[in-house]
Amino acid sequence: MTATTTPYSELKAPTTARRLLTAPTTGPLAALILACAFFSFSTDQFLTGGNFSLIVQQVMVVGTLAIGQTLIILTAGIDLSCGAVMAFGSIVIAKMAAEGSLPPLLAIALGLVVCGGFGLLNGLLVQKIPLPPFIVTLGMLNVAFALTHIYSAEQTVTNLPGPLTALGETFPMGHTDITYGSLVTIALFLLLAYALSNTGWGRHVYALGNSAEAARLNGIRTSRLTIGIYTVAGLLYGIAAVLLISRTGVGDPQAGQTDNLDSITAVVLGGTSLFGGRGSVLGTFIGVLIVGVFRNGLQLMGVASIYQTLITGVLVILAVTVDQLSRKKAR
Amino acid sequence: MSRTTRLSSSLLRAAAVTGVAALTLTACGSGSGSGSSSSGSGEVKVGLITKTDTNPFFVKMKEGAEKAAKESGAQLSTAAGKFDGDNAGQVTAIENMVAAGVKGILITPSDSKAIVPAIAKARAKGVLVIALDTPTEPQSAVDALFATDNLKAGELIGEYAKAAMKGKTAKIAALDLAPGVSVGVQRHDGFLKGFGATEKDVACAQDTGGDQAKGQTAMENCLQKEPDINVVYTINEPAALGAYTALKAKGREKDVLIVSVDGGCTGTQAVKDGKIAATSQQYPLKMAAEGVKAVVTYAKNGKKASGYTDTGVTLISDKAQDGVASKDTAYGLENCWG
Repeated sequence: MTATTTPYSELKAPTTARRLLTAPTTGPLAALILACAFFSFSTDQFLTGGNFSLIVQQVMVVGTLAIGQTLIILTAGIDLSCGAVMAFGSIVIAKMAAEGSLPPLLAIALGLVVCGGFGLLNGLLVQKIPLPPFIVTLGMLNVAFALTHIYSAEQTVTNLPGPLTALGETFPMGHTDITYGSLVTIALFLLLAYALSNTGWGRHVYALGNSAEAARLNGIRTSRLTIGIYTVAGLLYGIAAVLLISRTGVGDPQAGQTDNLDSITAVVLGGTSLFGGRGSVLGTFIGVLIVGVFRNGLQLMGVASIYQTLITGVLVILAVTVDQLSRKKAR
Repeated sequence: MSRTTRLSSSLLRAAAVTGVAALTLTACGSGSGSGSSSSGSGEVKVGLITKTDTNPFFVKMKEGAEKAAKESGAQLSTAAGKFDGDNAGQVTAIENMVAAGVKGILITPSDSKAIVPAIAKARAKGVLVIALDTPTEPQSAVDALFATDNLKAGELIGEYAKAAMKGKTAKIAALDLAPGVSVGVQRHDGFLKGFGATEKDVACAQDTGGDQAKGQTAMENCLQKEPDINVVYTINEPAALGAYTALKAKGREKDVLIVSVDGGCTGTQAVKDGKIAATSQQYPLKMAAEGVKAVVTYAKNGKKASGYTDTGVTLISDKAQDGVASKDTAYGLENCWG
């Protein structure tokens, strides 16, 4: 740019092509397609319906957590407690149904309430005191982790009643078996994507993330909005708990220990900015799939798992770099 | 069971980076249509899933499997959980290996119970599943188990400690693994059985997670509680070395008897140096090698391995006691792992 600035009227509206190139999800989508192309060439087993169904099934738990994480990161917050809250929810559901003789549906409802409660508490502490989200959720991570281990007495809960694991069952679609849980996750992604881009609530979430003060001055009830977002995130962790149980078939007190970081990884890979106000849940879905495709593809190739960690680390740094550079350009 | 996590040397890291660079190059090659390096489909595929990637015990296990796979012309792929106890990670690894078309899976379960449904799904697709090192609950969830008899490993050091105390009144500290983990419980119970003691005779019991730093803290706390402890049972050698550090700080390292289980190279060297009196050595390399052979046999003639195979345990000490069979550290160092 030279010293003279271009008058507003002379700025060209971005063409469709340009908008596609600069959309925050374009980079992640390209990475996903490239990875898929690579693995399709290098192994015979990758490019099959069954394998894609498997990948979606493997990412459904972290994916559902990552939806909640995306909402919170859009407000420039962060949630370190999501995996631990989910683990606690899953143990509550499993124990209540398997040992407490509660009907499975009631046990699930109770689990959702517990997880939603954690979200509500997070939101209240962040908004009302107020405390930094990092600290609140770090504390809550330990609280939920400890409660999980105390309540379960470190024991894995087995012999779950059938309805609890129903979402892990499959139905045939062509030659491929799809799990019901995968559909739930995809439906949640679509629902939240619609809510964020097509409703007033969604616009308020972005406004809050861009500048909480400006949003408040514009008449958005930021306090209620923030608490609501954390509560919705908590409910999503509860759904993730149900999916987790259906996937592994047991209530596992050790579950979810790295899921907080895995969900943040997915959000970042999907092009959502850690500084708030910019990104989308569809991007997060792509981010989740990138991790799942690499893990699956490298395993099919016979590459040792430590390389998955290495590659994921490199991808995260690349993703944040792209975010930073594109911000600089936008300024 | 967890043992010390060692950071790989910078050399290894450099090798890893080179590996990824090579991988990226392969990616470019394949993308431009020259991807012809698909593996020979005639080879038997074997999967090995360990608890973690970094623990020396599992590194050795992987080595044993790789060697056996090379010898019998099998193709080995490996995977691991992210941390000790990562059940979901192991479930994912099983699914991906089944998708890759493995004939058999060797697994060291992180959670003996939680892994069972995933193993059942793999077996239903005709995959032979063998547990290494740690049994599943129930044990019949897998086709076969190749492992150390952990009760016996405990018994050996219990008998040794009994003989070494020569009738002195024992005050025992037990540095255990973690609540509810079968390996730790079996070794602990075995030690008491071999020593002829009961739970009441344990003056102080603490969990260490098999970690050296936590072993040291645990021993410090035990000494604070019961200053005249004179026998220390430890779940593994890192915990034993932590206990030794704590005892040395109090000037008690000479008059307290430390016994342990594992037989890692660092641990066996510590026995040679007189820090640990005796250890029960186990053989991860053998577990893996026999596991690979069993899968190859299954692929060739459809015969499935079954039941429990004891991969052996040897008492290692340089101060042999009358009536207790043991081998010296020269033998121990020759056969150690890690």
